[in-house]
Amino acid sequence: MKYLDEYRDRKIAEKLVSEIKRTMTRPWTIMEICGGQTHSIVKYGLDQLLPEGVELVHGPGCPVCVTPLEMIDRAHAIAHRSDVIFCSFGDMLRVPGSDGDLFQVKAGGGDIRIVYSPVDCLRIAMANPASKVVFFAVGFETTAPANAMAVWQAKAQGIRKFSVLVSHVMVPPAIEGILRSPENRVQGFLGPGHVCAVMGYREYAPIAARYKVPIVISGFEPLDLLEGTLMAIRQLEQRRAEVENQYGRTVCPDGNPQAQTMIHRVFQVCDRNWRGIGTIPKSGYRLNPEFQDHDAERIFDVEAIHSMEPPTCLSGKILSGLKKPHDCPAFGNPCTPQTPLGATMVSAEGACAAYYNYGRRGPCVGR
Amino acid sequence: MRGQVIMEASFALSCPLPLTRHKTIVLGHGSGGRLTAQLIRDLFLPAFDNPVLRKLDDQAVLDVGRARIALTTDSFVVTPLFFPGGDIGRLAVNGTVNDLAMSGARPLFLTAAFILEEGLPMEELARVTQSMSLAAAEAGVAIVTGDTKVVSHGSADKLFITTAGVGLVPDSVSISASNAKPGDVVIVSGPIGDHGMAVWSMREGIDLGGSLRSDTAPLNTLVDAMIQAGDVHVLRDPTRGGLGTSLCEIAGSSDTGIELEANAIPVRDEVKAASEILGMDPLFVANEGKLVAMVAESDADAILHAMRAIPEGRDAQRIGRVVSEHPGVVLMKTEIGGSRIVDVPFAEQLPRIC
Repeated sequence: MKYLDEYRDRKIAEKLVSEIKRTMTRPWTIMEICGGQTHSIVKYGLDQLLPEGVELVHGPGCPVCVTPLEMIDRAHAIAHRSDVIFCSFGDMLRVPGSDGDLFQVKAGGGDIRIVYSPVDCLRIAMANPASKVVFFAVGFETTAPANAMAVWQAKAQGIRKFSVLVSHVMVPPAIEGILRSPENRVQGFLGPGHVCAVMGYREYAPIAARYKVPIVISGFEPLDLLEGTLMAIRQLEQRRAEVENQYGRTVCPDGNPQAQTMIHRVFQVCDRNWRGIGTIPKSGYRLNPEFQDHDAERIFDVEAIHSMEPPTCLSGKILSGLKKPHDCPAFGNPCTPQTPLGATMVSAEGACAAYYNYGRRGPCVGR
Repeated sequence: MRGQVIMEASFALSCPLPLTRHKTIVLGHGSGGRLTAQLIRDLFLPAFDNPVLRKLDDQAVLDVGRARIALTTDSFVVTPLFFPGGDIGRLAVNGTVNDLAMSGARPLFLTAAFILEEGLPMEELARVTQSMSLAAAEAGVAIVTGDTKVVSHGSADKLFITTAGVGLVPDSVSISASNAKPGDVVIVSGPIGDHGMAVWSMREGIDLGGSLRSDTAPLNTLVDAMIQAGDVHVLRDPTRGGLGTSLCEIAGSSDTGIELEANAIPVRDEVKAASEILGMDPLFVANEGKLVAMVAESDADAILHAMRAIPEGRDAQRIGRVVSEHPGVVLMKTEIGGSRIVDVPFAEQLPRIC
């Protein structure tokens, strides 16, 4: 199939792997930022193909994983209300809060709907004038433009009963957080392809320069990830630390200016709490005061809900690349996708869930 | 329906009270995934326990007098009632016919019970009934008894149908999910995921721009041809839960390993595209007119040849082998030459954020 098969070609994969082998003179540790990239690596067994000495560690770019527990609990408090239609992307529905998931809220009578675009919520709001329609606006810079667009349209069209519960986060502050950690062992990054399709990649250049670390903006198909790894290793071997773009078919240096305009019109930068990691300054978005009539946290008065994570979970260390899923004593027992203790087991894109679902139950299967 | 061996092992260690998180039924209990398996194992099986049920096959094979009969039942709840390639009536007949056929039985008689919601347009019920009549004729079965109930508006979603069926199992036939043997060839009868994706795109109003249709079809003629052509050990129709779940169940029941070639598994471009967009895996998307078989290696070519001569088996493919290594585990060689485990999902697949 066009645009898929050519990026999953076994022969080209083998060529890239032997090129990586030829380029390397010593071991390197590289982090892929996005959950989607982690998912591909484990799904296609890329880490098994890579030569000994290339270690891939899995980054914080899984929107479902890093949405803090208290936001999930706030969502549940709102979704339980009989006057609310609560809309969400599909994979947020199974994320456990302190007391169950959104499927259980639905089983208890909550009106929970899966949407494919936040703009769908406006149609739902117009069709159900007696209900308050709330959208759970999570994700990175990738989902932010469409979420902003829904709020902007709601205000422009006077759809007052539509609001958003915002828990947006941004990639660059997370990368800086990882690099600033005294325990950091990441030497190069595969950058977030779809985030950069929106934002461009100019903001990554100062990070690469300041921390002397190569950042290769990469796609999500197996060959994208192998080529991105090769480009990062070439830089490391040549002692370069630059931003390079492997994903040129989708990403341009300046990104999508219209999308950025929409983000900045509706959102402002704020501190955000990342599940498993903690608060990172200026690492997310909240609504501009101009749009506060559409702010679900304010409307439903849920800001006082605070929640505590189970203490055994290592997800913070996994999201920062310090640990692998099977380093965690709880991995697989008792922590499973059915009984997740924390961030990285809850979403299909989470590193722990990816390892679990694709059978990486023991420490020696992958590298 | 059957829990998996590897999961059994980890549950025993990790999750002594697997239902405690669910004080109520959630949709996942009907997904065909691990939640469904848990519900059956922890609630239904202990309550109804007997040697026939314990096999957890999709049909019961019973000795009655001198006859071996297959008996099965299935309920059908689908939104929308009509979708490209079929409707709830056709599903209700073919689903039960196929559950019988997967034991090698010749389906003979069906029952049909209707739960109707007050306000259902008579015209829609007539269309569904007509469709059942045609499907029964096509499969060569008679609908011989039934039941009708009406519930008040809002107590059901338009129309639910339950069918049951009986068939005769020929003496020479011994087909069961526990019969896979190392060396067997794994065959799938055609491209996977058509039904699930067709219904999904219709329900969500998302046009995939292709000619995607449900694959609902009776498979008894195909099964007949296969049994005539060679030694068939296992048959399953991978409906809810998809091909991946069926293979995991077979590996568990037979205590053998299975090795798949990702490149050999047929998937239509429309289904592939929708799966990529949604972040789903076609291996776990429903089929209603496909079967997966484990057959003796020496007969595999003859059986494939016989399958391809019949419309329901035209696109049949070899997709892997049964092995003695890693019993209970399904491994897949990926498109680029890596390998991964194929495991039963927890519940229904959910569209991913990005």
